[in-house]
Amino acid sequence: MSILINKETSVLVQGITGKEGSFHTLKCLEYGTKIAAGVTPFKGGSLFNDSIPVFNTVAEAKSNIKIDATVIFVPAIFASSSVIEAVESEIPLIVCITEGIPTIDMMNVKSALRGSSSVMIGPNCPGIITADECKIGIMPGFIHKKGKIAVLSRSGTLTYEAVNQLTEAGLGETTCIGIGGDPIIGSSFLTFLKMFENDPETEGVVLIGEIGGTQEEEASEYVKNYMKKPVVGFIAGKTAPEGKRMGHAGAIISGGKGTASEKLKIMKKNGIHIAENPSVIAETMLKALKKH
Amino acid sequence: MDIHEYQAKELLTKNNIKILRSTLCHSGDEAYNAAISLNTPVVVVKAQVHAGGRGKAGGVKIAKTPDEAKNITEQMLGMTLVTAQTGKDGKVVHKVLIEEGADIKKELYLSVTIDRRTSNIAFVVSAEGGMEIEEISKKSPEKILTVLINPSNGVKSYHVLKMFLFLGLDKAIYNEFTNFVTLLYNAFLAEDMSMLEINPLIITGGGNLIPLDAKIALDDNASFRHPYYNDFIDEDEEDPLETKAKSVGLNYIRLDGNVGCMVNGAGLAMATMDTIKEFGAAPANFLDVGGTADSKRVETAFNILLSDKNVKAIFINIFGGIVKCDMVADGVITAAKNIGLKLPVVIRLEGTNADKASELLETSGLNFIVGDSLADGARKVSKIVNG
Repeated sequence: MSILINKETSVLVQGITGKEGSFHTLKCLEYGTKIAAGVTPFKGGSLFNDSIPVFNTVAEAKSNIKIDATVIFVPAIFASSSVIEAVESEIPLIVCITEGIPTIDMMNVKSALRGSSSVMIGPNCPGIITADECKIGIMPGFIHKKGKIAVLSRSGTLTYEAVNQLTEAGLGETTCIGIGGDPIIGSSFLTFLKMFENDPETEGVVLIGEIGGTQEEEASEYVKNYMKKPVVGFIAGKTAPEGKRMGHAGAIISGGKGTASEKLKIMKKNGIHIAENPSVIAETMLKALKKH
Repeated sequence: MDIHEYQAKELLTKNNIKILRSTLCHSGDEAYNAAISLNTPVVVVKAQVHAGGRGKAGGVKIAKTPDEAKNITEQMLGMTLVTAQTGKDGKVVHKVLIEEGADIKKELYLSVTIDRRTSNIAFVVSAEGGMEIEEISKKSPEKILTVLINPSNGVKSYHVLKMFLFLGLDKAIYNEFTNFVTLLYNAFLAEDMSMLEINPLIITGGGNLIPLDAKIALDDNASFRHPYYNDFIDEDEEDPLETKAKSVGLNYIRLDGNVGCMVNGAGLAMATMDTIKEFGAAPANFLDVGGTADSKRVETAFNILLSDKNVKAIFINIFGGIVKCDMVADGVITAAKNIGLKLPVVIRLEGTNADKASELLETSGLNFIVGDSLADGARKVSKIVNG
């Protein structure tokens, strides 16, 4: 068991013939992901890598092949249209890697998602991976090893840092999700925490947040009220100045809100085990597992 | 990106929102002429810098004659304005706005932002205009009303009514208020704003609603559909190093410390800064070199780090995922040799081919110090700068 994806998941790649799309499709294939089809407008009828059929639209792909999930590598200008296309084609899981989508476009995407059956991950994220089964995204596969810890993060490389430690500590991972660094994202920490709480294989969750917004606060309320599994938390940006965007569009302290210290205080109060620095994430999880 | 008041007002005018007449001036003489052509009993001289709180800091002054407007302008130009929002270094005034005086009956607060939690447009209003909203929310949060508007439905009359009743306005301006809110909402979406703050929004003696001040932040990600964003960039307002970094595609933010940081990924870059602080030193910057840390990019990054004279040591922290560590190490060695790097460099490379990378660094003949983990690297670099 794991959440959302496993070795049976049949994946569509939107933007499969682009530079990023084609590079990472090959990496996902190497990992063992079942890439079933691709979409690139006006390239319909061709084959990617001599084996994967390319269609002009998502609807066309779906009427020919069973699709469980789609991953989007389309440039920011067209990305929101690609997400909405996937929602309207009722693709169950939508992973959007694209960075730089305007916030107002994402508001429209969220409107499309309300009342739909799709779950969206991203944008501006590394994607989702179930260790040793299926990788849908741009994370390095080799650092993951099947195990018992789930990772949720707003960051990319900082997630790899955590995963690497979990693997080296012998804990291993179930499913790891980069939820994205933008102000408005498809799904927040909360959506996935609920899934991990119900996943029998997951024994603990690492939650990596950063400055800006209030997601970590909402997640920690849920942890306090409903979660039995231990959660280890880390927040990046203790030294970030107010009013500056720290790389991610969503990582900004404005009007004194969204600081790391405020988040850490609430997380601690709600029973999340805080890793004081990113080098001790696995260590903190080992201790937390013993206590629980 | 933040823009000036005069630019914000250009955007409001473009979106059919009525503002006071004003002229942008760069000298006392221009201000004198502007005051004459406005021809009102008083004019207001307003320093144009990217920061709020100008009034209290002496950046907004009333002039009763064109001569006075000229004198005030001459005093203001070149002065360093330190407001609650500029930081201790303040901002130098390079231009002023000469605006007609207004007959103020009432001052209100109104802002439009994006509510991240619900993905809605949020209107925030208060009858306590002229005060900082953070101040009101601390002292008397009950004096602030937030109304959320779902963008798929748009502004409905009950949204407007809620704000109107909360502000306790005279029924005679209900239609004008409705029109005003609708125009602001449309402008917010049309121009891809991330923040629009009108403080104060005034009601004149004649009963008209007018934005006296306007502060706007635009969504950088939307610049592809608004070519004018580029014209709004004011280099006087930007840190020159940040501008230089941006022009070569690096994400760099200057800070006060003395440890130069070079990291791949925004989250890891922040975490690296935090860890340096934890070990008793202070980061000189945030720098995300991105996914392709080749020698050319590393060299550019080195040059930017070294342009900050506060930097006493450099900490490179790379998690090689798709990018291979030995490639990064090669890039670092080449770049360090090319620029004749003298400062101590602590490097921590983790991930693909990390062992190969360590070997390259150790046999390079350069004086690199290798960190085994993020914490170990941060500890070592902190020890160097703290002696």
